[in-house]
Amino acid sequence: MSSVFALLLARESRLLFRRPAELVNPLVFFAIVIALFPLAVGPESQLLQTLSPGLIWVAALLAVLLSLDGLFRSDFEDGSLEQWVVAPQPLPLLVLAKVLAHWLFSGLALVLLAPLLALMLGLPARCLPVLLLSLLLGTPILSLLGAVGAALIVGLKRGGLLLPLLILPLYIPVLILGSGALQAALQGLPATGHLLWLASLAMLAVTLLPFAIAAGLSISVGE
Amino acid sequence: MPRSDRYCRVEVDGKPIVTSPFLEALALACERDWRMLFERLDLALVPGDMLQVVGPNGSGKTSLLRLLAGLMQPTAGEVRLQGRSLRGQRAELARNLLWIGHAAGIKGLLTAEENLAWLCALHRPAGREAIWQALAAVGLRGFEDVPCHTLSAGQQRRVALARLHLEAAPLWILDEPFTALDRQGVAQLERHLQGHCERGGMVVLTTHHRLEIRPATFRELDLERHAA
Repeated sequence: MSSVFALLLARESRLLFRRPAELVNPLVFFAIVIALFPLAVGPESQLLQTLSPGLIWVAALLAVLLSLDGLFRSDFEDGSLEQWVVAPQPLPLLVLAKVLAHWLFSGLALVLLAPLLALMLGLPARCLPVLLLSLLLGTPILSLLGAVGAALIVGLKRGGLLLPLLILPLYIPVLILGSGALQAALQGLPATGHLLWLASLAMLAVTLLPFAIAAGLSISVGE
Repeated sequence: MPRSDRYCRVEVDGKPIVTSPFLEALALACERDWRMLFERLDLALVPGDMLQVVGPNGSGKTSLLRLLAGLMQPTAGEVRLQGRSLRGQRAELARNLLWIGHAAGIKGLLTAEENLAWLCALHRPAGREAIWQALAAVGLRGFEDVPCHTLSAGQQRRVALARLHLEAAPLWILDEPFTALDRQGVAQLERHLQGHCERGGMVVLTTHHRLEIRPATFRELDLERHAA
């Protein structure tokens, strides 16, 4: 069972590396959205610093969502998902491996890019550990939640805006906790409480959401 | 066909016992987009059977195959595996089933060997040697490490069909397996299907093509006769 998990991780990584544009696009989107704000609200460093926790989190959230739109599409179209559903391997395990591979390359890259953009917005360097930690705990939740939506809409001819409409409301707790942690750090307050909440949400997401994603895929494949 | 004909009669200690067919459908109905495709459909498969589902476009051939493979739920009726409802037996079906849909699960960015290694690993991992032999058997020697998107439609179909040489599942459900194959490929596949049935396997397939080589157990199921 664990060998299938490892094999699927290897397969997904191979696929992502043979189509690198899909990895790079969300990162470029993330950078551009953040770069737009100083242009729109003016280069006042005090204002940008105050806004930066929210800006970074909203941009990260949108970038993750953008990258997830096509998560299962090609697997649906070429019949791979049918093969997963009829296979004796547990489907939740397979989707967990798939989402994990996706997060390892797009989510983690986003986490690593974030400090650079945060410094650009004038976030003090002492807040960077909290920024990294909150994104490290938060982005897997975003990926898993988004995958539930992606699994449900994969069979629709025109998914379009449905995924954001379906999933963005579910992102609110993560957004509040993530940007809250950063806000606290910015004001010199302890951020541990927020981070622990994020960690417990991440645990819940990793254990429960693969079942929801698998159920969504079974519905989409069965239509 | 009367259902009683399709039950296996086995003799144990001189006493005949009747066992259920391997796979059977009872009063199956299927509705898609508010349209009844077929209803009151019964069928039964015992080891060695080959069943070709025929019918005009849109008559529900693919839907029937997907119902039998457990990918879809029937509108009415029931699919049974060894006499028990399919619902509680997904794992049992999965161990015994090889499903190749119209889209066969072949990734264009992966090579033929990588594709087969993964598809086999979903059931039972296959060694590199076995995969190369299977690819050679479907006439793809020398194409093992070529990305599949560079192969022709017929060659991609052959990559998917190479699984028929690799996996040990007794029940094969194949949706349009002959699509894009050349004449020699068609004859080869027909012989392979016949061999599988003669070894006690079961094949359910859809195709518009008339099979030249067929096992003695060959039957046709015309969906037009079950149309609502």
